Amino acid sequence: MYVIIVGCGRVGSSMARQLVSEGHDVVVVDEDPSSFRLLGDGFPGQCIVGAALDWDVLREAGIEGADAFAAATDGDNTNIVCALIAWRRFEVPCAIARVYDPLRARVFARLGLQTVCPTDQARVMMMDAVHACPKSATGE
Amino acid sequence: MFVVIVGAGKVGLNVARSLTHMGHEFIVIEQRRSRYDLLQAELEERLLFGDGTEMWVLEEAGIVRCDLVVAVTGDDEDNVVIAQLAKLEYSVPKVVARVNNPRNQATFDLLDVDATVCAAAMMISMIQHELPSHQFVPLLSLKRENMELVEIEVSADSPSAHLAVEDIRLPDGVLVTAILRQGTALLARGSEVLLPGDQVLCLLAPGREKDLIRSFLPSRRPEDVQAQASIDTIGE
Repeated sequence: MYVIIVGCGRVGSSMARQLVSEGHDVVVVDEDPSSFRLLGDGFPGQCIVGAALDWDVLREAGIEGADAFAAATDGDNTNIVCALIAWRRFEVPCAIARVYDPLRARVFARLGLQTVCPTDQARVMMMDAVHACPKSATGE
Repeated sequence: MFVVIVGAGKVGLNVARSLTHMGHEFIVIEQRRSRYDLLQAELEERLLFGDGTEMWVLEEAGIVRCDLVVAVTGDDEDNVVIAQLAKLEYSVPKVVARVNNPRNQATFDLLDVDATVCAAAMMISMIQHELPSHQFVPLLSLKRENMELVEIEVSADSPSAHLAVEDIRLPDGVLVTAILRQGTALLARGSEVLLPGDQVLCLLAPGREKDLIRSFLPSRRPEDVQAQASIDTIGE
C-alpha cells in the first residue's frame, strides 16, 4: 500500500513506523522539519516539509497514486480540510481525518468523510472502565 | 438582516462597523482574548468570545436564524470549515469567506464555497490593471451569479477596432460595459467608437474568456494570455 500521513506527531510518526515495518510505502508530510526526528534514525520512508492544504505539496507526496491518506496534525480543521481535498479532489480511496471535537467529527462523517475521534473513543473506554469497577458494599 | 461574523480582525471589525451603519443586526465571534478585550467596549453584547469553528459557539451566536455568515479569520482551514458547517449543517442561505492565501482558492472552489474574497489576489489584479503589459485582467468573479468582470485591451488588429460599440460582433454571453481611455472611463454606449489601445470592461459568463480574447486580441494565443493573467494559484 502507498500511504500518505500528514502530521508527524505522536500518532502520525508511530503510524508511519508501523506501516513501514509492515512493508508499506509511506510518505510523511509536516510543516515542521524537526518533527521528523520522532520517526527515529534510518526511517526508510519519504519526508516532505510543507503545508498539507497545498495541492502542490500533496502532489509531490504522490497523492495521485495513493491508496490511503491519514491526517493527524494537531489541528482538527486542517485535518478535515486536507482529508476532504484527498477524498474529493484526488479520489484517494481511503482518506481519514483525526478530529478531536466529537460534534465536527460527526458532521463530516455524515458527509462521508472517514473520521476518527479520539475524544469519543476515550469516553467510551473510560465509561467501560468505570462500569467495570467493582461496586463497594454500600454502592447501588 | 442578521449576520454572523467569525473573526474580529481588521476585516471582521470593519464589516461589523459597516453593518452597523447599514442598520443590520450582527454578532462577531473572536477567539483571541486580547482582541476580544480590546473590542468589547465598542461592540458590547455583539461580540462573543470563543472558537467560531466550534458548533456550540456558532449556535450560541445564533447561526440557526442568521441570513449570512462571514468567515474572515486568518486561517483558511478555519474559514473553509466554518463555510461548510454553515451551509451543510445549518442551511445558512449565504456564506462569504476570506481566502488568506491565494493558493488555497482552489480548495474553497472544490468545496463549493460560493463567495470568496482574496485580498492578495485582488491586489495582484489591481497591479496588473496598472501595468500596460497586461492586456487581460480578470477583475471580479461572482461565482454564484455565474458572472465575471474582466478588462481587456483592444489591439490594432482586432476586428472591433474603429467600430462603434453597437456594430461590433461579440461572442455570445459577453457585454461591453465601459471603455477605459487615457485614464478615464466612458460608458460603452452604442455610438462610442473603440480605438486600438483602449481597455474595455466586459461582463461575461465564466468559460467565455477565450472567445473574448480571440475577439479583441486576435494575434495572441488565448492560453498564453490567460496564463499571464493567472495568479500563482493551484487552480486547475
